[in-house]
Amino acid sequence: MTSLTVEKKKINTALPSREISLKFNNFWWLATFPMLLFITFPIVALFLQVTPTDLWVSLQDPVVGLAISTSLRTSLTTTLLTFLFGLPVALLLAQKNFRFSRLVDTLIDLPTVLPPAVAGIALLMAFGRVGLLGSGLSDLGISLPFTSVAVVMAQLFVAAPLFIKAAAIGFSSVTPELKQAAALDGATRWQTFRFIILPGTWTALLSGLVMTWARALGEFGATIIFAGNFAGRTQTMPLAIYLGFEINLKLALTLAVILISFSFLVLVLVKQVLYPRFTD
Amino acid sequence: MKLKHWIIFLLGLSLAACSAPASNKPTISILAAASLTESFTQLGAVYQKQNPEVELVFNFAGSQALTNQIRQGAPADIFASANLQYMFTLENEGFVNPNTAKIFAGNQLVMIVPKNNPAKIQHIQDLAKPGIQLVIGAEAVPVGFYTRQFLDQANSLLGENFQQRVLSNVVSYENNVKSVLTKVRLGEADAGVVYRSDVINAGDEVLVFDIPPEINIVAEYPIAVLKDSKNSRAAQSFFDFVLSEEGQTILMAYGFSPLSDRSLSTQQN
Repeated sequence: MTSLTVEKKKINTALPSREISLKFNNFWWLATFPMLLFITFPIVALFLQVTPTDLWVSLQDPVVGLAISTSLRTSLTTTLLTFLFGLPVALLLAQKNFRFSRLVDTLIDLPTVLPPAVAGIALLMAFGRVGLLGSGLSDLGISLPFTSVAVVMAQLFVAAPLFIKAAAIGFSSVTPELKQAAALDGATRWQTFRFIILPGTWTALLSGLVMTWARALGEFGATIIFAGNFAGRTQTMPLAIYLGFEINLKLALTLAVILISFSFLVLVLVKQVLYPRFTD
Repeated sequence: MKLKHWIIFLLGLSLAACSAPASNKPTISILAAASLTESFTQLGAVYQKQNPEVELVFNFAGSQALTNQIRQGAPADIFASANLQYMFTLENEGFVNPNTAKIFAGNQLVMIVPKNNPAKIQHIQDLAKPGIQLVIGAEAVPVGFYTRQFLDQANSLLGENFQQRVLSNVVSYENNVKSVLTKVRLGEADAGVVYRSDVINAGDEVLVFDIPPEINIVAEYPIAVLKDSKNSRAAQSFFDFVLSEEGQTILMAYGFSPLSDRSLSTQQN
């Protein structure tokens, strides 16, 4: 049954899409030019500023190495934590009509629309040494600001919603009938998740994780306010780029080029895995 | 229909908002060191009362950030820096006419701790106390440069490795002096080093410790009208006002020391 309907869909969509693309080629592609150019031009301009020698010299600078390792360490930790603690929230959001569903949904949206500086101040008010929870923690001898943990918290606050939203959309696309059928056949909750839900949604989960990771890698505002700036501990690549812009432009450019190349490569790789049809 | 009306209304509103400040007043934009925030805001208010025909726009940030903005072509009329070095840089690169910059004020460093003094700091030596959380300016920020200079001079008085011990307590290098102040004021850091002018009006929020004059530094603040100023006459009048007796009185009320009307030596030391 299912394979039949899928094939039908393919046939149905093939014809009109060719018509559309024909029209697109003839006329509308011109209209895409300004936007595409607007995005490409600054990136090209950035790359043109950096000679391979500059890149090599700046890479020797310990600040660059420390910034890269701090960024990778913290952003990957953030991605892992997002997966562990975001998954339950995504499953909850996928069940559309539970109590307070709108409220939870809006709450998860909030960090993505907040200016990161607001997130940084909020984290400070909560977990800072004199913050709501932080003052209790500091009595126990735990101080979060100015540590790598603070960097991860800033990234988690700002970036986790991207995964949660993507995963929730993925989960809600699994038809309830399928889950019911699995339950009728005696599948446990875990088995349903493992063999029914996961295979149909892993692409959504993976692309959500990549978006979260990329956002965590680029986090700046909340980090500089909540975690401060210390090379090797809290100075991530965006912080080093910002401060480098004021002191040593070459260093900032090098890091910028690395960050762009890195993000671009990962996005391309993931798209290759997720949407192989794009590469046909 | 209703939606259409709303769209027209909003479009009209945004057009009005965009075109509102269409006055013909000459506007001078002043890029000033973060440590000048309060004093220059006050100077501006007094100046504007006397010169209502001129509009003043301030941009306060770390002097290194402002220097970069000017080099990248930010439209500006006046630059006031917290150190001589950045003024020399702009002079050398042709953004400021040679021999037009003047030193208009001096400033000194103080140590600050949060009101409740969580690390129980008693004197300057405690900056080296193991385990305290210290926040200072990054090296490229004038206050960060001066802090290192002071620590270096303190070595002779407080022991050879004083500077090293203090720097090992640093948990964050901030990109302007106001961030240092904020992190101490919030109680996130145990201590910080800022300018006297930063705490003259924050006295009840932080505890201030004087640094002995023999190891303290004198930060010299130069001001100049930029070569590309579109309103050089108005800019010059604000420049003169800063150096005037009235301007100097205001600056002193904000904790600056009088160093006015000294020309910059063209030699960088």
